[in-house]
Parts: sequence; C-alpha cells; structure tokens
Amino acid sequence: MEVDDAAIVGEIRAGNVEAFRLLVERHSHALFRLAYRMTGNEQDAEDVVQETFMKAHRDMGRFEARSGVGTWLYRIGTNCALDLLRSRRRSAISESPAEDGQDDLLESLPAGDPAPDQAICNGEIRQRVAAALDGLSAAERAAFVLRHFQQMPIAEISRVMGLRENATKNTIFRAVQKLRGALEPLMGELR
Amino acid sequence: MMHVTEEQLILFHYGEDAERDQTQAHLAACAACRDAYEQLQRVLAVVDEAPVPERADDYAQAVWARLRPRLVASPAPHRAVVFPLRRWVWAGAMAATVILAFMIGRFWPRPQTLTSEPSAANVRERILLVAVGDHLERSQMMLVELVNAQPNDTFDLAREQVRAGDLLADNRLYRQAALRDGDRPMATFLGELERVLADVANRPTPLPAAEFELFRRGIEKNGILFKVRVIGADVRKREQAAAGDSLRPVI
Repeated sequence: MEVDDAAIVGEIRAGNVEAFRLLVERHSHALFRLAYRMTGNEQDAEDVVQETFMKAHRDMGRFEARSGVGTWLYRIGTNCALDLLRSRRRSAISESPAEDGQDDLLESLPAGDPAPDQAICNGEIRQRVAAALDGLSAAERAAFVLRHFQQMPIAEISRVMGLRENATKNTIFRAVQKLRGALEPLMGELR
Repeated sequence: MMHVTEEQLILFHYGEDAERDQTQAHLAACAACRDAYEQLQRVLAVVDEAPVPERADDYAQAVWARLRPRLVASPAPHRAVVFPLRRWVWAGAMAATVILAFMIGRFWPRPQTLTSEPSAANVRERILLVAVGDHLERSQMMLVELVNAQPNDTFDLAREQVRAGDLLADNRLYRQAALRDGDRPMATFLGELERVLADVANRPTPLPAAEFELFRRGIEKNGILFKVRVIGADVRKREQAAAGDSLRPVI
C-alpha cells in the first residue's frame, strides 16, 4: 500500500527524518527535469534539486495542504532555479548564438526530404532546440518552462516569479517569439 | 475581418485565451490565421523534443545520501527540543540503556503474572531496536561523509577514526545481542559493518588522495552504505511496530 504525501508530511513534522526519504524518492526525478529545463545545465539542476529538498525540509512547518506536496516542491524548485539563474546573471543571448552552425546542421539532415517525425528524432535537432532555449533570458526561460512543460497557469507563474500577470504574459510571448525565430528556419526545411 | 494576434494565438494554445470561443470561430473561418496557428503548434511541438538527460534509477537514493547528513544537522520542523542533549551524550545514554536493559532482562526476577511478560519483552526489544536504529543512522552519516569527502593531496581520517572507534564498540555489542537472540541475518550484516568500521578506525592517516579514492570506491563497491540504509529503515519499521504492540491492551 502506498503511503500518501499528506501522511508523509505528518511524519516529517513529527520529527521522522526517514519519512523525508519517501518524498525524495518520489519527486527527485521530476524535480531534476524541471530544474534542468530551467537551468539547461546538469550540475546546476542537481544543485537545485538538493537545495529544493533542503528548503522544503526547513519550511515543512509552513506547508499548507491546500496544494499537493508535489506542487509545493515544484514551486520551491522553481524559486531555487530562479535564484541560481539570477545569481549567475546569465545573459539573454546564449554563448552559442543561433546563427552558428545552422548551415552545417541543415546540411547534416538526411537527404531525400525525410519525414518530419524522423527528422525530429535527429539528435542534432534536439541540440538545436536546446540551443534555442539557451538563447532565452533567465526570466523568459523560467516563465516558458513553467507554462509549456509544467502546465502552470500564468497567474500561478506570476506568483512564483513575483511578476504582474501582464509582465508574465509578455515574458512568455517574448520567449515564444525567440523560439520561433530560432526554430522556424528548420521547420521550413522540414515541411 | 480582424486577424488574431500572435499573442492571442499563444494564449489560445495554452488554454488561457479569455476569448477562446471567438478565437476558435475565427480560426475555423480564416485560413491565414489557421496557418499561423499551425506553424506555432509545429514549433512548440519541436520544443517538446528539448533533451533532458536521464538520471540513473538510483538517482533519488544518491540525492538522499547527500541530503540526509544535512537534514540531520539541521533542526527538524516542529520538533520539540525537550532534552537538548548533544548527540554523543544521547548515543552514550542509549548504549547505557541497552546494557541496562540486557542486565534487567537477565537478572530481574521474572514477573509472576503471565500478562506482564510479553510487555517486558516488547519493551526490551523496542529499546534494542531504537539503539540499533540510532547506531545505523550514525554509521550511515559517517560513511556518507567519507564517501562524499573531496580531499586535496591527502585526507586526514582522524575525526572519522574517533567516530568509527565508538561505532565499532557499539556494533560489537549489538552483533552479540543479535546472535544471542538468534537473529542471524542481522548478526551477519553487523559483522559486515564491523569490518568496514574497523577498516576506517585502523587506516593510517593522513591518507594520500589516490589511496583514499581506492578506499572510497571500496566502500561504494561493497554496497555497505545501501545495506545500512535499507536495514536501518527496516529496523525503524520494526521499532514502530513494537511501539504499536506495546500500546495494545494486554488481554
């Protein structure tokens, strides 16, 4: 029988450190995926996961059961990733500009006008997508990842990021526009 | 006819368009906007292909191994500090309690009533489980710190050796108790842990970084840390079960 998160929280609050292990086992992989998508760096993502759990343990007394433990952890994880990104003051433009290597990449696509699905599986296109995400500013990347991958509503993203809703929307719009700018030339080739 | 803006299309795609029905109707009627929306969808579908490196199946365990010593070092949420004993004082007190419990178990006059006997045995078992659980927790902390240490040229084991020496003495006691109780799997495991603790306690120190690395890999390879964690969790479960039994009314 699986112990539910609420019961685990009760145990942790009662001082059972071992109970916290269950939360770690349940949420580490998903938190890593979120952190990686936000930071674009494996080591940073692992640091974010560690920091998230530390903060969650410290603030467990403040957790309110209105939202699930998972949602609460992802919110903490998002803030940890944002803090890390802010502290690094990553520039809006990636170190590997979109233009670089684009011709090479297109040349590397299989000849004979492959099916888009097949082309999408191409590892180099994945790299291109990763580079496009790296081209976003920290705020753009965070807002986009939360909306696109985490399906977090814009109102919630605004609360997490401390922005007004309109500012959040504009941040997401800018992110999508940049992604389109970087990826549409590829789409043209794939059609 | 007014076309749908890119911003509206993005909100529509994410289900956050306040005028969803109108946008949908417009897309059904306007080929240009429909093309623009399909193009947006294609780009966002490709974004889904953004790679995320997979973590190994034991990733969560690795996270926990790094996290646990930090959690133990930090105060637990809402834990009342009734007896602010230092950890080693507590450990000493526990060891003394266990020895006392053994002595009581051996020499205390047997109770005359049948109803109180299971309760006394249960209390003894529970005290032993609490002590072993605490011992395994402390052993795990020491091993985790060793495994995660990052030496420069050499690694000074002096501090760990003091801890390993204390743990070794306790470990012998618990192994003997397990043998006496006929718990062979526990005795075998404690024997294994004893060899690792003895190894830590008796290594020459400071240890050159290369030798420390071999030593560290040895600990990782024999899986003792994993066993300590799993058996420690099992002991805690047994401890909780024993606590439940002791609260059950004796019929």
